Amino acid sequence: MSEKPDNVEVALFVTCLVDINRPSVGFAAVKLLEETGCRVVVPDTQTCCGQPAYNSGDRKSTKQIAADVIRAFKGFRYVVAPSGSCAGMITKHYPELFKDDPDLLLDAQDLAARTYELVSFLKDIRGFKPEGVKLDRKITYHDSCASLREMKVVDQPRDLMSHIEDLELVEADDREACCGFGGTFCIKYSEVSEEMVDRKIDNILATQADMLTAGDLGCLMNIAGRLYRKGHTMKVLHIAEILAGMSDGPGLGEERR
Amino acid sequence: MQVTSRKFKENSSKAIKDDDLRAALNRVKTGFTTARANAASELPEFEDLRNKSRDIKDGVLENLDYYLEYFEEKVLAQGGHVHWCSNATEAKAAILKICRDVDAKTVTKGKSMITEEIALNRFLAAEGIEPIETDLGEYIIQLADEPPSHIIGPAVHKTKEQVTELFHEHHQKYGYTEREEDAEKLVGEARAVLRHKYVTADVGITGANFLVAETGSTVIVTNEGNGDLTQSLPKTHIVVASLEKVIPTLEDVSTVMRVLARSATGQEMSVYTTFSTGPKRSADIDGPESFHVVLLDGGRTEMLGTELEELLRCIRCGACMNHCPVYHAVGGHSYGWVYPGPIGAALNPQMVGLEEARHLPNASTFCGRCEEVCPVHIPIPKILRHWREKAFEQQIGPKPERWGIELWGFFAKRPTLYRLVTGIAAKVLTKIAGSRGRIKSLPLLGGWTSVRDLPAPQGATFMEQWKKSGRGAKK
Repeated sequence: MSEKPDNVEVALFVTCLVDINRPSVGFAAVKLLEETGCRVVVPDTQTCCGQPAYNSGDRKSTKQIAADVIRAFKGFRYVVAPSGSCAGMITKHYPELFKDDPDLLLDAQDLAARTYELVSFLKDIRGFKPEGVKLDRKITYHDSCASLREMKVVDQPRDLMSHIEDLELVEADDREACCGFGGTFCIKYSEVSEEMVDRKIDNILATQADMLTAGDLGCLMNIAGRLYRKGHTMKVLHIAEILAGMSDGPGLGEERR
Repeated sequence: MQVTSRKFKENSSKAIKDDDLRAALNRVKTGFTTARANAASELPEFEDLRNKSRDIKDGVLENLDYYLEYFEEKVLAQGGHVHWCSNATEAKAAILKICRDVDAKTVTKGKSMITEEIALNRFLAAEGIEPIETDLGEYIIQLADEPPSHIIGPAVHKTKEQVTELFHEHHQKYGYTEREEDAEKLVGEARAVLRHKYVTADVGITGANFLVAETGSTVIVTNEGNGDLTQSLPKTHIVVASLEKVIPTLEDVSTVMRVLARSATGQEMSVYTTFSTGPKRSADIDGPESFHVVLLDGGRTEMLGTELEELLRCIRCGACMNHCPVYHAVGGHSYGWVYPGPIGAALNPQMVGLEEARHLPNASTFCGRCEEVCPVHIPIPKILRHWREKAFEQQIGPKPERWGIELWGFFAKRPTLYRLVTGIAAKVLTKIAGSRGRIKSLPLLGGWTSVRDLPAPQGATFMEQWKKSGRGAKK
């Protein structure tokens, strides 16, 4: 399945959360893509995939933002995002958004066909496996809903982590349950979200893992934020940071020396 | 029932703090989901059957008028009656007339969501006719004077201790003066009380899982056998069903039945599957002397040909709520109307109005698990989003939320300005957090920080750093 010519051009869809909150994930993604022989380009007119508007019912703004994304990423062989959620928005929802708009439908479908979530792209398209990466941690992986259900990313992250030296992966119960992030949901329905993230945290803590990872920064900010609020200090990193051997810096919400 | 969907936040806040409810919902979460997963994995053709079931239901919806008339013709041919009702008022009037014609004092009832939808019990009681629920769960909530909290397990929110108290309060008049704490004995007590009611009831009312067009039969599936006694002992049997329950053939019934119980409880089949075809014939030993089908539209034909049509495929298995993390957290009553969980969140705005039910389609993370397990592939998240778009169009909901999204959208459409603003925001937040790495409280993000710390940004944005590194993009 994997095609591996060097110098394949990949446009990085940074995602708004990585851009603002955790640039290290973006640099980890660049490093990983380059390790598999990709030439990474970062189109500078990108902002966000449009989900905040889409999930709030503002279809008009969503379409305008989506049209901008389609333009910004035109012509690249691949578009890769370090997020199942944003990749899912582009691959599953953009074509739906423009289904009655013949001018943009083909472009939306074309972009959808070229867009990938980072971890599955590394594994399935680039045949990547981490080499010489060492991490002496007991780690649990959270399946984000969009990675799991929209992008079918399940085995790829687990498989890639199995090549990291000294890393022990432990699975939490109720893996398929949502962490309660849901974008604006976690702000609008904070009490319901709190109950959901607490259930998630109980399952995570029960694994006795000392590190948590996932492929979506939204979930990680939610879970890490709640862990710290409750006085737990588990280290939380995006999976790109782990695979790229960039696990040394502070995790999400962790003190900075 | 009184609609309280408007108070979803208050309802759910109360529910989340209720430890009994939490224990009950945990049983739903682990019990039903495991059972469904096992049942699905044990049947190799399960996915195929889901697709077939969806196609059967779609075929019905495309030709609903044809199948309904076909069904009516067959019911009439067996000597039964069909009452077409466009709304709850008409349905209740039709049921009352049938009851009055036989001078009914009491009616026994099998489990029926449609009679919940039209609030039949309250209506009959006000007309001096005593309704008696015979499904154990429905019986329990009838005693408690509560609406169902789950479409297949109406009393799933009740603990055994609460049932002990309810029975103690209501069964003393039948001579049960001791508090019964053993679950099996509680069931026995209910059975003994109900046994007498079956025999003396004048009318039996049941719902229907299917209305079979080719035979004019109605079908119910139950696990308690109460439906059989309800419909075969009284002299009059009334079936109350909404019109999308019609299905072309017996063959189709057997297809959909194979996904129904598996999706609902994880059983291969429910314990009882009962077909009712007209009143008793002269050679029959028992059965009702008259047979009525009350067919309710209740806003459903308005959904045909719209974004909501796929909701009419629903076979009321409850899998969506069994798998819903929001339902697991808040329980069924928080939704504030008859249908809880994802299906309720998608359906209720149509039934009780978007203004009243606006919270329901919003209180979802779009995690997608409901659609993943729905036996007839109803795209529930897509329908929830449709309601959010309607609400946005009609300016329903708090203005600040709307302004927030519009403001964000304004920047997201202007990359240069966006870059500037996000750059400042990231630096300010980094500064506020200092070496802590997180922020405890932030006025504009109170919904976030009321529950969690905000992991702080790392300083400059990715785009700034990228540009600085000299690798600034082309295109």
